Amino acid sequence: MLRYAAARLVSLCLSLIAASLVIFAVIEVIPGDPAAFMLGLNAEPDTVAALREELGLNGSLPARYLGWVGGMVRGDFGLSYTYRVPVAELVAQRLWVSLPLAALALALSTLIAVPVGVIAAARRGRAADYGIMGVAQLGIAVPNFWFAMLLVLVFAVKLHWFSAGGFPGWEAGVIPALKALSLPAVALALPQAAILARVTRSALIETLGQDYIRTARAKGLSARQAIRRHALRNALIPVLTIIGLQFSFLLAGAIIIENVFYLPGLGRLIFQGITQRDLVVVESVVMLLVFAVIVVTFLVDIAYAAADPRLRHRR
Amino acid sequence: MRWPAQMILGAALTALFLAVALLSLLWVPQDVAALNIAAKLQPPSPAHPLGTDHFGRDMLSMLMVGARSSIAVALVAVGIGLAAGVPLGLLAAARHGGWIDELVMRGNDLIFAFPALVIAILITAVLGPSALNAILAIGIFNIPVFARVTRGAALSLWTLDYILAARVAGKGALRISVEHIAPNILNLLIVQGTIQFSLGILAEAGLSYVGLGAQPPTPSWGRMLAEAQTMIYTAPRLALLPGLAIVALVLGLNLLGDGLRDLLDPRLRRRSA
Repeated sequence: MLRYAAARLVSLCLSLIAASLVIFAVIEVIPGDPAAFMLGLNAEPDTVAALREELGLNGSLPARYLGWVGGMVRGDFGLSYTYRVPVAELVAQRLWVSLPLAALALALSTLIAVPVGVIAAARRGRAADYGIMGVAQLGIAVPNFWFAMLLVLVFAVKLHWFSAGGFPGWEAGVIPALKALSLPAVALALPQAAILARVTRSALIETLGQDYIRTARAKGLSARQAIRRHALRNALIPVLTIIGLQFSFLLAGAIIIENVFYLPGLGRLIFQGITQRDLVVVESVVMLLVFAVIVVTFLVDIAYAAADPRLRHRR
Repeated sequence: MRWPAQMILGAALTALFLAVALLSLLWVPQDVAALNIAAKLQPPSPAHPLGTDHFGRDMLSMLMVGARSSIAVALVAVGIGLAAGVPLGLLAAARHGGWIDELVMRGNDLIFAFPALVIAILITAVLGPSALNAILAIGIFNIPVFARVTRGAALSLWTLDYILAARVAGKGALRISVEHIAPNILNLLIVQGTIQFSLGILAEAGLSYVGLGAQPPTPSWGRMLAEAQTMIYTAPRLALLPGLAIVALVLGLNLLGDGLRDLLDPRLRRRSA
């Protein structure tokens, strides 16, 4: 197990290095140079020169790359050009919106999808199954930002239960803050839940076809007992994988959903960075998101190698 | 073999939207570039079957042209994925375990570490928002998907006897890949293509919703939704129609894809029967 974890850790580091190189390269290929790009067409030459100095653009490519990566390792993400504050500070504030949002959505999606998928598998071929799978099929086709707009239309415009957007901040109290996050979390969670329910259903159906389930039934367990004691745990491995993968979808989805609800999270930060041409912010926040995805993937790998010894020996 | 009802529904929906997109090249009820503020926000009428938007443009025409941009972006992105991904996958399988294989697989892992939308945003942030860059952003993400599917399928074919026979006959790896492997994974590629097509429609809608897709005045479903959002209190109808169009097309493609997979892959058919 330790050897497996070590091997995974090495590949984690390699992925991080490769990802940082890619992001760095993408920012580098900007036509012209980043300083001129950030300041726009009408910038004075000496302003551009000053920004080049500030961004360290006068150094060599490898030196700049190492400076950027080295800074991030120490927690120094550079200075936002538009806000004139350290990017790390901006990120820290925004994380308090994005992380709870993603966590809430992930929890919601799992809590809905797994039981629903189990019911569909247990009642396979019957009305409940067809109903659930029909809804799931529809759920996959619905863009989350449109679903978000429908939620706003019903719960904010018509019923006035929630506000249509904005975030009061955690200082305003936990309840108002959670209330502001609830529509966005539902909008993020339901399309993901549709995918997860389908995966749960097919994983469980696959497991139910195994010999050991037949043995369990033969020794007198009811279908329900066989599912609960034997099938469910084995079927959860692919489900866990998808939950891990969904984290990255949720992060990406949050970028759009935060814009629908005007939530001051990381997603909005990226967008503000893009519209204000604040490349320092864009570069660092994208790297941070990719870092989060790679680390979560790593943790999921480790988690199910711990759950399933067979996986440790597979490459 | 009986075509399942779901697949027929999927094929019909897909065909409908493709037809509408093609038709929009030749004819739309009203010019979408012409603004007519006097006729803004009209409810459905014989002149405007789906009403008009906040600029007085005919909603039906807007949706038709929007279908064209969405489908064009998603189709070309699938094309990019096929054109680059399939050769890479074939090559990786033909040289299984070699450095090309390693490179393709690690590159795959890397791209999957980037949330697709983040790549798209990064690309459009750097190159500037346009339909072309949206295509590029979605297309790049399609490459590893097709490479992985191709490689996986090709690897299992390489173990079969008829490939061995071809090798004994003196054919090289390249020729075998083109003549014997590629035709036999066509089914899988069609199914995957349908899935990526539907994901592409969703991605295009998302990108153009946040302003990184087709630029004004070209109508796109995503941007119609973004504009409708600002008027959701006064004209909720504007927010419903483009969303329904996206859902109908994506649903159609997904049903078609699922149906094709069941139809073309006997292994799956037996398991789900």
